[in-house]
Amino acid sequence: MPVLKRGDVQVWRRRTTGESMVRWFGWLIGIAVFLFAWQRISGATTWFFVWDAPRIANDIWTRATPPRWEYISQLGRPIWDTLNIATLGTLIALCLAVPVAFLAARNTTPSALFIRPVALLIIVSTRSINSLIWALLLIAIIGPGVFAGVVAIAIRSIGFCAKLLYEAIEEIDHTQVEAITATGASRWQVMAYGIVPQILPAFAGIAVFRWDINIRESTVLGLVGAGGIGLQLSASLNVLAWPQVSLILVVILVAVVISEWVSAKVRGAII
Amino acid sequence: MSDIALDDVLGKGWKKPPFVKRAWLRWVLIVGFVAYIIAAFATIEVDWGRVYIGLDRGWQFILSFTRPDFISRWGDIWNGLIESIVMTVAASVVGILISIPIGLGAARNIAPLPVYVICRGIVAISRALQEIIVAILLVAIFGFGPLAGFLTLSFATIGFLSKLLAEDIEAMDRSQAEAIKASGAKWMQWINYGVQPQVMPRLVGLSMYRVDINFRESAILGLVGAGGIGATLNTAFDRYEYDTAAAILILIIGIVMVLEYLSGIIRARVQ
Repeated sequence: MPVLKRGDVQVWRRRTTGESMVRWFGWLIGIAVFLFAWQRISGATTWFFVWDAPRIANDIWTRATPPRWEYISQLGRPIWDTLNIATLGTLIALCLAVPVAFLAARNTTPSALFIRPVALLIIVSTRSINSLIWALLLIAIIGPGVFAGVVAIAIRSIGFCAKLLYEAIEEIDHTQVEAITATGASRWQVMAYGIVPQILPAFAGIAVFRWDINIRESTVLGLVGAGGIGLQLSASLNVLAWPQVSLILVVILVAVVISEWVSAKVRGAII
Repeated sequence: MSDIALDDVLGKGWKKPPFVKRAWLRWVLIVGFVAYIIAAFATIEVDWGRVYIGLDRGWQFILSFTRPDFISRWGDIWNGLIESIVMTVAASVVGILISIPIGLGAARNIAPLPVYVICRGIVAISRALQEIIVAILLVAIFGFGPLAGFLTLSFATIGFLSKLLAEDIEAMDRSQAEAIKASGAKWMQWINYGVQPQVMPRLVGLSMYRVDINFRESAILGLVGAGGIGATLNTAFDRYEYDTAAAILILIIGIVMVLEYLSGIIRARVQ
């Protein structure tokens, strides 16, 4: 225990002198980095606009309220599209994520040296690029529309689902697999009766969780032209129709809350 | 012995138990699901001719990953990257600093009810609003530039970190906190010596994870004018300069991988 001696009296201290020096330098470097970052941000900012911000915010608020409720009649189709983008995207992603996860898990991969790194690369690269960027890319390739959104969501979700799934596969109870193998089951039978039942709850949980996230993400995909309610949002923003913007934001908020509620209920029922 | 009598002796063959136990619920789910899939596919319009034409362009893009062009737009890429990193650092620091008091306030076993309700409200708002939508609003209010992106990321960090921190505090061991309180500690000392050591490892881990997410998000904020590498990437796509786009994507993936690796090391050391 670090103790400070002052004459005969020993005083308790939390850290030794060396430890506090290291911490002090850590804080110094951290604060220096932060100040540098802040300086760059502040250098790239037009401060006049910032001082003017409260007035602008107030102005936008008065323009945006009350929302134009009758506009909701035109939002039915975009909401349906958004739901489709999220659901179909999740389904496609799950179909592709399962094989990738089995190839990436240490205990099921056919080759830890060659195939596992490829599977991990697929997981990292699809996961680290946002679905908006995937959408941007796919619109350039297959043209704007709902289909580009579905594919963008699907690609983005592969990495997420495969990562969680392969971690679940690596954590399975090995004795059950051993028992199935001991009955003389083939490789596929071991998979179907030894591994799949153990990861099925995790799989269902991941699917619903990702569907919830995808509902959120698909609401904004339209901003780059990939269909859904984001298209209406972007169109309304472009013509500065603030009452429509506020209505769309309310609709998105409700959709997000409902999807989160559904996902929490389903996950609660499974686990 | 007849076949039926033999069956009686042997018993029925084993069948895999179904995942959903109640039969009617299982059938309703299956039928509903199939009906939804048919409806969804029927309403998605895919222009296969356009997709076919686009495949060639997609192949060009995939090929461009083998010869990424870092050089011809290096100035733009470098500025965008630095801006993204600067936004990430500043927003993570500010977001974490703000989310600690809010996290304390959102933990039911520490905060009184009025504080709890207010803090949970802040968390709910921050989590329900998408980063990109917040960014659109903040760009409209504060003008173009990294300040809007910085504020967006800080706001998103607060919702994420406060919620998880509050859950961790609610799950902490109460006897330790009680022991500190019994020694006559003041409120600050109680938090500092009774609560903080218990939640610190998880807080560090979550913060690192959030830095990772913030960097990924900062890559898309540029699409709506909130600074960062996204603007450069968008321009590269618009001008069909796939070589440059591939270079930017490779850089993003690389940085995310490095961050993930670093956060793994730090989390392993803290826990």
